[in-house]
Amino acid sequence: MKCMMNTSLLTCILMVVMTVTLSCTKPESQPLKVGVAGPHSGDLASYGLPSVKAAELVINETNDKGGILGRRIELLIEDDVCKPELATNTATKLVSQSVHIVLGHICSGATKAALGIYKDSNVPVISPSATNPDLTQSGDYPNFFRTIASDDAQAKLEVDFALDVLKLKKIAVLHDKGDYGKGLAEFVKGFIENSGRAELVLYEGITPGAVDYSAVVQKINLSGADAVIFGGYHPEASKIVMLMRKKKMDTIFISDDGVKDITFIKIAGEYAEGVYATGPKDVSMNPLAVKANEAHKKTYGSDPGAFFLNAYAAAQALLNAIEKSGSTDYAKVTHALRTEYVETPLGKIRFDDKGDAIGVGFSMFQVKHGRYVEIN
Amino acid sequence: MEYFLQLLLGGLTRGSIYALIALGYTMVYGIIELINFAHGEIYMIGAFTALIMSSVLTLYGFNEVSIIVLSSLIALIYSSAYGFTVEKIAYKPLRGAPRLSPLISAIGMSIFLQNYVLLAQTSDFLPFPTLIPEFNFMKNYEHVFGSTELVIVVTTVLVMILLTILIKFTKIGRAMRATAQDKKMAMLVGINVNKIISVTFIIGSVMAAIGGILIASHIGQINFYIGFIAGIKAFTAAVLGGIGSIPGAVLGGFVLGWTESFATGYVSSDYEDVFAFALLVLILIFRPEGILGKSSSQKV
Amino acid sequence: MLNVSEMKKSLLVSIWFMFLTFPIMVIRVNPIEKIVEWRWGNMFLVGIGSFILSFIWRYFIRQKESGLKKVEMGEKIIPFFEKLRSGDSIYLRSLCMTLSCAAAVFPFVFSTYQTTIMTTVLMYVVLGLGLNIVVGLAGLLDLGYVAFYAVGAYSYALLNYHFGLGFWTVLPLGAVLGAFFGILLGFPVLRLRGDYLAIVTLGFGEIIRLVLENWNEFSFGPSGIANIPRPSFLGIQFSLQQATVYQYFLTIGLALCTIFVVNRLQDSRIGRAWIALREDETACQAMGVDKVRTKLRAFALGATWAGMVGVMFAAKTTFINPASFTFIESALILSIVVLGGMGSVPGVVIGACILILLPEYLRAFTEFRMLLFGAILVLMMVFRPQGIISNVRRTYELKGVPGRTLRD
Repeated sequence: MKCMMNTSLLTCILMVVMTVTLSCTKPESQPLKVGVAGPHSGDLASYGLPSVKAAELVINETNDKGGILGRRIELLIEDDVCKPELATNTATKLVSQSVHIVLGHICSGATKAALGIYKDSNVPVISPSATNPDLTQSGDYPNFFRTIASDDAQAKLEVDFALDVLKLKKIAVLHDKGDYGKGLAEFVKGFIENSGRAELVLYEGITPGAVDYSAVVQKINLSGADAVIFGGYHPEASKIVMLMRKKKMDTIFISDDGVKDITFIKIAGEYAEGVYATGPKDVSMNPLAVKANEAHKKTYGSDPGAFFLNAYAAAQALLNAIEKSGSTDYAKVTHALRTEYVETPLGKIRFDDKGDAIGVGFSMFQVKHGRYVEIN
Repeated sequence: MEYFLQLLLGGLTRGSIYALIALGYTMVYGIIELINFAHGEIYMIGAFTALIMSSVLTLYGFNEVSIIVLSSLIALIYSSAYGFTVEKIAYKPLRGAPRLSPLISAIGMSIFLQNYVLLAQTSDFLPFPTLIPEFNFMKNYEHVFGSTELVIVVTTVLVMILLTILIKFTKIGRAMRATAQDKKMAMLVGINVNKIISVTFIIGSVMAAIGGILIASHIGQINFYIGFIAGIKAFTAAVLGGIGSIPGAVLGGFVLGWTESFATGYVSSDYEDVFAFALLVLILIFRPEGILGKSSSQKV
Repeated sequence: MLNVSEMKKSLLVSIWFMFLTFPIMVIRVNPIEKIVEWRWGNMFLVGIGSFILSFIWRYFIRQKESGLKKVEMGEKIIPFFEKLRSGDSIYLRSLCMTLSCAAAVFPFVFSTYQTTIMTTVLMYVVLGLGLNIVVGLAGLLDLGYVAFYAVGAYSYALLNYHFGLGFWTVLPLGAVLGAFFGILLGFPVLRLRGDYLAIVTLGFGEIIRLVLENWNEFSFGPSGIANIPRPSFLGIQFSLQQATVYQYFLTIGLALCTIFVVNRLQDSRIGRAWIALREDETACQAMGVDKVRTKLRAFALGATWAGMVGVMFAAKTTFINPASFTFIESALILSIVVLGGMGSVPGVVIGACILILLPEYLRAFTEFRMLLFGAILVLMMVFRPQGIISNVRRTYELKGVPGRTLRD
């Protein structure tokens, strides 16, 4: 017994010594570690995988040019399935691997769970898609940045558009019960009620993946709403729009960034015509966006998925911040993120003190002849 | 009144799909007392195969009718092949094992098949081609009941009738009923029980695939995850009607479809699923063997 | 083994699988762009793979069947663990010592990440043991166990948010609330049996989750509750690393406590009543066991542990939302119990280790993680349906009557 104890003690000591020696090797020769976290399996994988591809494209390009600060960049890709409990594991793992900066997480819930861990370890995080307002507005997470507008900003835009431009009187609000969709819908509801200019005739959550939505569509019809404002992603949105149009309803459909996706138009086809959606300012003319989309097509043989450009911009912003600050020091990098502008597919951006992107303009789009056209 | 009718017919459509999938659950349960959790995945694979085949056929310039017929046919063949293989791999070696083992194996199979399709195909939603044509005579009623919905309900009814004939009046149906009643006895009278079990899986898979193709062309898009939710709902429908009973599965499907439809229509779709499950709990409290299930007194 | 008929069989299998996987593996369509991609290489791989795998499959099936035959012939196969227990107790003791030493030094040797994972494993050990009471001992198939876990997690999050209650105050409260909800679920399902019970518990679990998702005023809906404090020690707040280590030891404490209680329970009057109930309800009632109370106790005691782990879970992740409490989670806990061996405590521990560590370490193959997870569940059940460590029934030798044994 004693002998066994001795051996295990010896092993312990050996291991400790080894870790110390290993970590003492010269840091400059080591690659720069960029973590990419999000759902890469499970039902939400389609929102997480495009970010991985964006990160791969940006980082391969930079590595081909010889990296930054003379160091190569290494990607650490971790799956969190959009679950908070797995996100904490993912975050701890990335921190244990002494990651320098993180691109992710995708879902607001998972991001919130993981942020505390990154904050304690001084790791800056840029999310391409976590829109929950608290993430930046609560001030709890000084290490958090995002390249997407927060829920309340989008909701405000949608409601203003519905009331001022379309002059609607009766509005129905739907959401997909998810943390993105419902968060947005709550704000829309609040803004409509506060304005006092329109009546909220229906407020409902639909179950994503349900077999059929015709009951809820009939309910919209009965409520006599002029327009539906939907919070959620494009698969549910296209199902509802298609059902509404098949039932010969011409109710206006207004939605969010999760719907302003070319896939929505391709799936809904002719039924998509006339649908409104908010999104980052028109970037189809932006040469960087064109380049990013083409690179994706060339490398992966398909059109990019959800939040691809946001993730592409986030990856560029984080590399730029490291390059400009000349180090991986937390304070310097976050300072650079807040002060240094960078050219991205979303435009020329930097981040404000809270962590929201400045320069990512938001505007309303409408589907016309099979593509989203910006409305001025 | 029109609103009520709309909800009623909407519920009927939804219920038809549940019923088609629930039949697979209930038949398998009737014969080997197993909750085949992978059944929802068979439904998904059926829909996926139809999507793949119709795209390929469209590309090679087949005309519309032959696309519908061929791709549906191939989808049915493939999903029954999957049903057959799943049984051979995951359940057959487990005959006589503790009761929960096949259930775990089924859950494993369900996870496996989902991820198999995710990896081999894509995680995105794919648009499903409208296989069902629009009928002219339905034009005036479209706001209440579309052509697709009509086709769904009619197909379901036809399939039910065929299935009843198969089970009541054919030799294989009789063998199935015998196996369900008493496996050992069935073996003694010369029934190849293994074959009957395979046939049951195949028939169940065909039903699921029909449901898959119909609902996919109604809703217009599919991904690898559609089987899971539909599977749980259909399973609920099967239990609601009395698991093991074929008319029960159909009735359970409709009752569930209507409950969800009316709950959404008159209360709120927030709690659509809560109503469905609450109804299930209530029915089972007051009639523990389901609506049409036989109440069996336990043998001592 | 490599004779012609074997080859022929494998060839048929491989052709069958090439046919089966043809549409999904070979063709990939993009209906939006109208592109069809043919991946013939995959077909080749499937063919070769299934050819080889079918040999392995048949070999193991034969192994398993010959094992079964031995049992039928009356040969007694003593499981490894039982050998360990009945044999020289020195082995057992030294094993326990090594394990506890390893557990004690673990957080100081390995990284924070490894410690977090270990904490997660231990939490699932407790969950598995709790569910084991309901499923393994009392034989009531519960597919909604995660509901009680959610009750625990939300009771800490909400009580902390509204009333500022600390971890140590809520831990017992979580246990009580868990037990309360256990009884709440237990009442309506008392009459149900087997699969009806399974689906009702599944429905109950879903109802709890949906209420948490929809009732914003109460639970903050899908956006969840953030900034839940980590457990403190006599008022001291720790840094992240210290807190991880502290929580690791807390969970070890809870796990040991659970193992102790469950072991004691198994041999107590209630435990026997549960086992009797599992084996034969009617006979059990005839022997004078109060069915209602026994079942309710099983639900309540099982849910107690879930409630406690829920509190720990909320304290560990510091953020909770309804997405953590889906049906898949219940299925995972059930798989732990069944994989490990129903009713067996060491089995549950090993089951939790495998099912939690495996997906975590399989991260290297991120994409194939869940695929492998599913495949392993199936293979485990096919080749070892009684679980890794089967629960060996206690047998009593009646003295003076040679050769006669009694089983409980």
